[in-house]
Parts: sequence; structure tokens; C-alpha cells
Amino acid sequence: MSTTTTDSTSPTGEIGRDRRRKEDARLITGRTRWTDNITLPGMLHLAMVRSTSAHARITAVRTDAAKAAVNVVDVFTGADLADTVGVCINAWPITPDQKTPTHPPIATDRVVFAGEIVAVVVARSAAAARDAAELVEVDYEELPAVVDLADAERNQVLAHPDLGTNRSAYWKFDSAEAGTGGSVEAAIAEARTTGVVIEREFRQQRLIPSFMEPRSVVVDPTGEQITVWSATQIPHILRFALAATTGVSESKIRVIAPDVGGGFGGKLQQTPEEMVAFAVARRLAQPVKYTETRSESLLSAHHGRDQIQRMTLAATTDGRVTGLKVELAANLGAYVALVGGGVPVLGAFMFNAIYKFPAYHFGVTTYFTNTTWTDAYRGAGRPEATFAVERLMDELAAQLGEDPLVVRARNWITHEEFPFTTVSGLSYDSGNYELATEKAKALFGYDELRAEQARRRESGDPVQLGIGVSTFTEMCGLAPSRVLGTLDYGAGGWEHASIRVLATGKVEVVTGSSAHGQGHETAFSQIVADRLGVPFEDVEVLHGDTMIAPKGLDTYGSRSLVVGGEAIVRASDKVIDKARPIAAHLLEANPDDLEFVGGRFQVKGTAVAGVTIQEVAGATFVAHNLPEGTEPSLDADATFDPDNFSFPHGTHLCAVEVDTETGRVSLRKYSACDDVGVIINPLIVAGQVHGGLVQGIAQALWEGAQYDENGQLLTGSFVDYLLPTTADTISFDLDHTVSPASSNSLGAKGVGEAGTIASTPAVVNAIVDALRHLGVSNVAMPCTPYRVFQAIQQAVGQKSASGGNPS
Amino acid sequence: MTSIRLIVDGRQVADEVEPRTLLVQYLREQLGKTGTVIGCDTSNCGACTVHLNGRSVKSCNVLAVQADGGEVTTIQGLAPAGELHPVQEAFREWHGLQCGYCTPGMIMQAVDLLNENPSPSEEAVRAGLEGNLCRCTGYHNIVAAVRHASELMANRQPVGSGADA
Repeated sequence: MSTTTTDSTSPTGEIGRDRRRKEDARLITGRTRWTDNITLPGMLHLAMVRSTSAHARITAVRTDAAKAAVNVVDVFTGADLADTVGVCINAWPITPDQKTPTHPPIATDRVVFAGEIVAVVVARSAAAARDAAELVEVDYEELPAVVDLADAERNQVLAHPDLGTNRSAYWKFDSAEAGTGGSVEAAIAEARTTGVVIEREFRQQRLIPSFMEPRSVVVDPTGEQITVWSATQIPHILRFALAATTGVSESKIRVIAPDVGGGFGGKLQQTPEEMVAFAVARRLAQPVKYTETRSESLLSAHHGRDQIQRMTLAATTDGRVTGLKVELAANLGAYVALVGGGVPVLGAFMFNAIYKFPAYHFGVTTYFTNTTWTDAYRGAGRPEATFAVERLMDELAAQLGEDPLVVRARNWITHEEFPFTTVSGLSYDSGNYELATEKAKALFGYDELRAEQARRRESGDPVQLGIGVSTFTEMCGLAPSRVLGTLDYGAGGWEHASIRVLATGKVEVVTGSSAHGQGHETAFSQIVADRLGVPFEDVEVLHGDTMIAPKGLDTYGSRSLVVGGEAIVRASDKVIDKARPIAAHLLEANPDDLEFVGGRFQVKGTAVAGVTIQEVAGATFVAHNLPEGTEPSLDADATFDPDNFSFPHGTHLCAVEVDTETGRVSLRKYSACDDVGVIINPLIVAGQVHGGLVQGIAQALWEGAQYDENGQLLTGSFVDYLLPTTADTISFDLDHTVSPASSNSLGAKGVGEAGTIASTPAVVNAIVDALRHLGVSNVAMPCTPYRVFQAIQQAVGQKSASGGNPS
Repeated sequence: MTSIRLIVDGRQVADEVEPRTLLVQYLREQLGKTGTVIGCDTSNCGACTVHLNGRSVKSCNVLAVQADGGEVTTIQGLAPAGELHPVQEAFREWHGLQCGYCTPGMIMQAVDLLNENPSPSEEAVRAGLEGNLCRCTGYHNIVAAVRHASELMANRQPVGSGADA
């Protein structure tokens, strides 16, 4: 059923064209509107006083000195704002009995992580506010803090003592119970006697999204609508949350996400800072601005990942997987964030990946700790799943002494088998894992690199070559509302679009999916240019302002194109439907005799010039000569709710050189063949893959949030939290296969998260592959030189202790 | 307060500043040069890179008073109005930006790099941009853009045309 094509031609050929981005003219010249650029008459500045303790009772907050400081307007504590500040909501209670402590945007009597807001200083300048924040004295009565996830599981020290447990929820899926597969316990029991069982515990370290633009919010309460500018991915959801928790009518709130400098899930949040700024602006009836420092961002903006993955894979001795059992512990941090509880559940359907596992069990327990709350970070649940299963497939191959791609091919869904219902109950619509793997191997020079690896191993080269494989898939295009409902998610997954055809024939596209670097203006313009047959330059894409784009569910989960793009297609088609009778009237023809080609209505089978849709727009605007009873408007809107996710996939191959004497890992080559369905703009797709790859590689090699035993963040600046630089990274080789998605008419699958999901296991598999002959079977992430060196020393030590040959 | 007088993007400016004011704060808050942005507080990210007397500096790492009497070029003065510097052109052409937040600093650093080494290897570009962080692009296209810019500039002598030259 899967059709593979490299041809995606369309009337004017915009789809598939490497258009340079419309967005860039402003961004490369500094003509930008970041939230922090906004200044308003009378605007006041906020500085947050943040908890220095991970867990403590607040016994006193003394604000007198700060209030008396020059240029300070006021200082508010949690108690001062408690009635008006609202709460931070949890939109995804994964079980009915989930424990969800109330999350006040500003603490009143207790702090539960270091960095939580305890007071806010309002001053005439940002500098004066920060100076005065130093003058606020907070007395804390320290409480024991639970910091590490494994400690949280033991339930001895409690993050929220009133809950009586650190456990928030347990969510599970079992293929035997669901009727989608067999019993995992039976498969494991059988494999223990007659087959192969691989048991591993993997640690998904905590990551910090680290968007480049620090979060910023400006609130102007002086108009009839309270206007909120915020560096957010989710203006619509934020407006809902502000209204729902403060009692201000939704129609009195306008949220604008102006230029937003990256998000990666990190700005998929209703933040305490937004709530506090909203409350203070209302209280003082003056505009306020809060812009975080980078240190505050690392400390208090939500973190991601942080799971312990306990994995059991059962297989036959000829390398067929018979079952996979997954038990996760996931660290929520101090609160259940907006969708934080559900992030591991997004991985629940993905551990079986591209494989035909006959039995599957997934369980996750979510735990509270006295650390920064966690939520979505690029991939959200799916990178964790992909990492674990792809590491296990390599371990299985190693155990069997086979090539890891051969073992995968034995277990994956073949291209003739689509559509395929997986053991976790998803229906994969299209894909071609064989072709993607074949192309990736060719691009990579797989056989040559394997030969080099053998040579180096044989010669005892201190720098060993490792080759890592990752054959990933992901579910994206979040999401079918019906499915979200069955998962107890608090909202739907549709997206809205409207098309306005202006008197001049220019076209305005309004989308509820607001961009923060993805290039929506360009890609969506290409779609509409093709659909309506108008010039690319004549299309303007508007987004990110709830007054201009009143309906939307925003940008995350690789949903913009596959959900938002399809809404635009459907709105465009309605425009054409509305234009047709008017065009027929102008041409004195029967509407049924008209064809619409390349933006022009003409009578089928005639050479008459016809009329363009832009000419119809002009005629509709003046409305002098319309068919009887016709509405003088071509404008149309559409709300699209997909009936399925989309399933990008790909084969990623990574070669690393590992210096066995120092533990240093260097990237040698990285090749990826991705199938993201039909590509609208190859330039943008490549950019998304490159950026995703580096974020995933960074999890493998460099990044990791660290706390000390008291819950103080040790990686609280870019000196300590290691984002990769140009000098750490390499250039990549990319290729594509195209198996169109069936969930939208564009055939697109989404590309925002693919690189991040795929690359982490490719890198770690490569490192382990380089060191396997020394006895190394795992290195914890991030695979720093120290950890790699330690892994080598341990393995060599064990080998010599057991009488093996250390070389 | 201290009086300073300097040239920013080709225009003379004079102001009173608190001695502790960083150059980037002065540019953004007093001059409204918001094209230059702040990405961190430890001088790691390079988003605020501008040129001071013809060389790149992280403007969070320079006090405004240290720029007194100097000449500052920001992203907004890199090319004459309505024109693009070859590095700006190359970033657009090679999709060297996504969210665009690091872009002003990245471009200013790349211009400095090319002024010093007009035809850098990939390795030299990677070494020269190490102090500028980008979270979106994975650097692949930034590196390609800078190398492409070097070709553009070689074909359009003199090198580094525009207000910065």
C-alpha cells in the first residue's frame, strides 16, 4: 500500500520548492519584535525574588527595605496576590486518581523548588527592580528535600509531605489486556528458558530546553482588552488559562506572541511569570514588563526528560523479538506542569517503534521531587522511547553477534505490510523502512566504515571507530481530538485557518498555529499559492495574536503543517468553491462547466482566457455584478481535526571516534535518510533536521541538568549547562524517502522533532559499538570523556579480573 | 551618571549613563537599537555581538563608558538602508537562521571572522564562531552560509563593504 514517490508536482510548483524564507528579511537586519523590545508609556519593570531553598516553609517575607528604595513602585508577596494571580493548570491528568498539588504562580507559605517565585518587585527600571529584589528578606524554615528520582521512588523524604507520597500517578498499557497482542510476561518466561532476554536500565537525564530568547512578558491593562505579549508557543492556550484561572473574561484578554526566539517545547507553558505579571499589571493599572535572565531561565523555566527506564526485551535465539516490557519512573519535578504528566504517555505508543513485537507492556509512575517542574522538550516522550528500544535492538544484535541492521530488518514492518496496526494499537499508514535504510547506508558508506572499524580494531588503534544505528519512527501531528479524549487530555487537537481574499487580489492567511522559528509564513504561503494559483509573494500569513487569529491550538508536537496546513488547504478550497459561481456569472457560463487551473477559472475545453481568482476577488469586492443572492465575500475558514497521527520515520547512521586513552568522543560522520512524507519546502525541512540532530546529539554527549543533594541547580548558567557550539558539531548528510501520509491531503508527516528523536540512540550506540570489544555495553548520558573513560576502565578491569584478555 | 559620546551605526550620539550600564543595555534601552539582543548573562551566547572600532565584541561584556569615543556598528548599521551585507544575504540564501534570535550576533561575528580570514575552511569557520550559540540550526547551514558569504565577498571587492568597512 505504501507508495514511494519523489515527485510532488502541483499546478504552480510551489510545493516542493526551496523558497527562501519570507521571515528572514527582518531577522537578518535586526528589524525584529521580540517581547523584550516592547516599551509602553508608563511601563514598569518586574524582578522576581526567587526561593533559595529547594523545600522550606516561608516564615516571613520582609519587603520594607525594598519598598523604600528609590524608583521602586511596590513589592508584592504571594499573600498579596493570592486572590488575583490564578493558578498554573495541569491540562493532562493521566489518571483519575493522579495527585496534582495546587501550583500557585507565587508561593505563599511553602516553597518546593529552588527558583520558585516568592515575591515580585515593581520599579521604574529593570535595574532598579533587580537592585531592590536583593533587599527583600525571606525567612525560610528548611524542610528535607528529595532531589533525585531514585530517592523519590523510595518515598522516605517527601516533596509534598501533605500528599503522603511522592507518587503522582501510575499509567499503563498492556497488549494482552488491550487485545492488541500477547502477554509480555509469558514471552519473557519463555525466552528465559529457550531464547534471549535483554534487561537494561537506562537513565534519561534531565535536559533544559534552552531556547535562545529568554522568556519575556509585557502586560498592558490600559485598554478595554488586557493585552499580553509573551514569548510563548501557545498564545491561545495561555489566553484560556489566564481567563479560566483569574476570572477575567476570555474576551477581555488579547495575547500576542510576537517574534518568538525558539521554544522546543520550553515555551509550551502557562508560566508563573506570566500569571504574576498579569496580576501586577491589573493591580497597578499600568503596563509591566518582566524579562528573565538566562540564569533564571535555566533555573525556573520547565526542564525536560528525566526518566529511569527499566526495560526487558524477549527474543528467540534466531533474533525475533517476542515481547517488550517497559517500566518507567518519570520525574515531574515539584508540580504537574501543563502537559508534564502526560509526556511519558506520549512515549507509551512508541517503544515498539517500527517493529512487529507480538507482546508489549508499558507502565509509568510519575514522581514529585523538589526540583524544577518538567514538561515537554522537543520530542516529549518519543525520544525517550526511541532511545530505549534502539539501544535494546543494538544490545540484541550484539548478543547474537549480528549486524544491528540485520536484526532490525528481521523485526520491522515491511513496506508491503502498511497500513499496519501496531501492538500498542496505532495504525501506521505509510512508510518504507527498507528503502530508507538502503539509502542511508549508501549515503554513509556503511560497508567501508565497517571495514575501517575492523582494521582499527585489529591493529589495536587507541582511537576506535564506532557505528551507531537508529531506525526510528514517531507519532506526530498532535493530534486527533478523539484519541486525546481517550487519553484524558484536557483539550482537542484541531487547528483553525481562515483565508481572506482582499480587494487587490492579495491573500491573507490566518492560522492558529503560531511560529517561533519554523518558517510557517513561507511554507504556508507556498501551500496557498499552489492551491489558489496566486503568486507566492501575494500571500501574507498572519498568526500569533488572538485578536487576529482568534481560534487556534498553537505549535508543538510537529502539528503545524499536518494539522494547521491541512486547515489552510480546506479553507482555500472553500474560497475556490465560493469564487466558482461568481466566475461563472462573469464568464456567462455554467459553474459546472468551469475548471480551476493555475488560479484561473475557464470553460472546460475552450481556449477562452477565463478569469483569475484575483479578478474574481476584485469583482466580489465591488459587488456590482454578482449572481442573485450571492454573498459578496470569498473569505472562508476551516477547522481541521485529523483522524490519525502521522508517522515520520528514518534511518540514522552515526560514526564516532572514541579515544580509548582519554574517553574523548568525536563525531566523524552522520547520515540520515528521513521520510517526512511530502516535503513542502526542502530548505526548511533540512534546517529542521539539522537542528533536531544537534539537540539529540547534545543529549548523548554534552547536556544534563545537575542538582546538588540540597536541590540547588549546579548547571544554572551557560558556563555549566553545555550547549553545543560550532566547534563541537559537524555537517550532516541528509536524504529522504517520500511515503505520503494519509492523514492529510498534503501527504505531509511533520519534521520538527524527527532529528532529535532519532539521533540520541544513534550516537550512544556508536560509542558502545566502538568499545564493545573491550566489554563495554553501556555508557550513561551525557557520554562525557570522564564517563566513557570510566566505562572502559570498568570493563577492562572486569575482563582481567575474570581472566579475559583486556585488549 | 557619566557622559559618553560615540558613533553608533554611523550617527553621533551623546548620553548620560550609569557607569554600570552595559553597552548592550545602552544600545537597546537608550538608543532603541533592539536589533541587538541579550541571550545570556555569562557572555557565553554571543547574541549581543556588535563591532566596536571595527572588531567584534560581546556587548554584554563591555561597559557603555568603555565605548566612549568609539565607533559601534550593530546589525542595524551593517549595510546601508535597503541593502544587505553579503553575510546577511548568505544567511538568507543558505537558510542560516530559524528563530533568528542568535542571528544578529552570529552575522556580526561572521563578518569579523571574514574580515580577518577572507576564505576560511569549514574548520576555521567552526573555530571562529565557537563563541556564538544557536539552538535552532544545528550550525550546519550557518557554516555553509559563512563559507558562501566568503565567496560572495571575494567576487565583490572591496571586502566588508557597507557601513562597517
